[in-house]
Amino acid sequence: MKRKLILAAAIFIFILVATTGCSTEEKETLNVLNYDIYIDKDLISEFEKANNVTIKYDTYSTPEEMYIKAKAGASNYDLIISSEYMIERMINEGMVNKLNFDNIPNYQYIGDDFKNQPYDPNNEYAVPYFWGTLGILYNKTTVDASSDSWAMLWDENHSQRIIMMDSQRDSFGAALKLLGYSMNTVNEKELDEAKELLLKQKPLVMAYITDGAPDIMINEEADMALVWSGEAVSAMSENENLDFVIPKEGSNIWIDAMFVPSTTKNQPLAEKFIDFLCTKEATLRNIDEVWYSTVHTEAIKEVDEELLNNSAFNIPKEDVAKMEMFRDPKEFIELYSSRWTEIMAQK
Amino acid sequence: MVKKYLSKIYMGIIFIFLYAPIIVLAVFSFNESKSRGNWTGFSLKWYVELFQDHDIRSAFYYTISIALISAVIATILGTIAAIGINSMNGRMKSVMLNVNYLPVVNPDIVTGISLMILYISFNIDFGFKTMLLSHIVFNTPYVILSILPKLKQLDVNMTEAAMDLGATPMYALRKVIIPEIKPGIVTGFLMAFTLSVDDFIISYFTKGEGVTNLSIVIYSMARRGVRPTINALSTIMLTFVLLLMILINKRSNGVEKAKLKRKEVFKK
Repeated sequence: MKRKLILAAAIFIFILVATTGCSTEEKETLNVLNYDIYIDKDLISEFEKANNVTIKYDTYSTPEEMYIKAKAGASNYDLIISSEYMIERMINEGMVNKLNFDNIPNYQYIGDDFKNQPYDPNNEYAVPYFWGTLGILYNKTTVDASSDSWAMLWDENHSQRIIMMDSQRDSFGAALKLLGYSMNTVNEKELDEAKELLLKQKPLVMAYITDGAPDIMINEEADMALVWSGEAVSAMSENENLDFVIPKEGSNIWIDAMFVPSTTKNQPLAEKFIDFLCTKEATLRNIDEVWYSTVHTEAIKEVDEELLNNSAFNIPKEDVAKMEMFRDPKEFIELYSSRWTEIMAQK
Repeated sequence: MVKKYLSKIYMGIIFIFLYAPIIVLAVFSFNESKSRGNWTGFSLKWYVELFQDHDIRSAFYYTISIALISAVIATILGTIAAIGINSMNGRMKSVMLNVNYLPVVNPDIVTGISLMILYISFNIDFGFKTMLLSHIVFNTPYVILSILPKLKQLDVNMTEAAMDLGATPMYALRKVIIPEIKPGIVTGFLMAFTLSVDDFIISYFTKGEGVTNLSIVIYSMARRGVRPTINALSTIMLTFVLLLMILINKRSNGVEKAKLKRKEVFKK
């Protein structure tokens, strides 16, 4: 009997603690959804204190995951940070609110390169947050990067020392660019050529992976890897022999942006938080945490020398001009998937 | 002689296979560098960071509280249901057993999405309670399944004898049935607890703003590479579970010994 009493008491206490944990006093709340490790978390508590509000901050891993819950109506976020292709899709489906830019004066500091992009051509829905690109992370001591070309990844001298991405759009992107085509091509002939090229490369490839390439490069177990710029920045800070190149044929650009989904109950507060994240101070602190390239025109002038000299962080303007954004290929994605499967199945 | 060595080597290989990943994970939680492949020196900084990380702390709190509450409630529901199912006969019993199997064999993703749609259609706000309810839902069948075999072993005459000697049905349940099926209940509880801590998919679809559990937090780190703080957290949880296991083992050993002693006394 005594044991049961203890049990009952334990349940009671837990429910009590749990419910008080959820129901905070009548403060305004802001529900924020972001990728993990994508903000300096102290900024959140500072904003909470300064404005006497509560921020419920959640993280997610893939845009598709976020989309499923939002589409079903099972999420009530006021502010989401996500990738441009998913924002484009959600705008097309009417799931994004237009922003009131009078509430976001700091929008003026966002670089012009990142405005008027195809996902939001009239700058009505989203505020860019960070951006990055695709390139080659290589070991300076073993690789000659003077060619500055995607052809580096096809160099037979580095057989079994090359890492490619297990991602059809990215790997095809490199091959298509080398052939001089668009990364968004829906021309079957061009795709077939790219497929042949990737098949030719396959015997040279050590592994196709999406996560963990930087670790392998840091340990110098491979000579070259196709990686995102942010991964390259952190790898280069761990091993001095590593460097990053964006081939002259051009590359991809992606932008992660902040937007207010139509489920919001407090748009003005969401806009205030966006504005806060666009201040120079907040941006600088986020750069320290995130290490992706910044869209902020003032903050870039004040980052550490070391980061400024990092070719994967401070990407030259002429490279940016040659970059292309991935567009949603809609039903044509099948053309990519079937060919990618063929490449992966080849012995 | 050779045979003996062979069997020992075989055992060793199996144990290495089972435990090597856990040992590597624990060792790297003390690594100074962020890298998962390079040992650069001993440090406790990931443990310090772990205790300072508000997100992980709150996720840990929700994970444990949901696991505990849902396991307790599922155990109570499951015990009652199992006793009920056990006393049924014929068709009804097999129907009930199959109804109970259904959620077990149903893929998690289906359970998760259907629960999400259910909550949406009843206009329930997503949060702690939806996640808790969902965990109770998927935990209960496992508890029932782990108790039923114990009930089958139970001699029907025991309860009847107890009642014959003047016990009320409730008293017989408390003093005869429950103690006899206790190992099943404990297993059911532990299973429910671990399943709840483990669950990702169902939690993902039924969570609300500000309420996340550890599996969701760890999974969302995958995009940028798992931080060594997670190694530290896993190591702590592992130690905790290990201690719990040792404790339970010791206790059940004690009980066995006491039973033996009692039997010896009877013999005399």
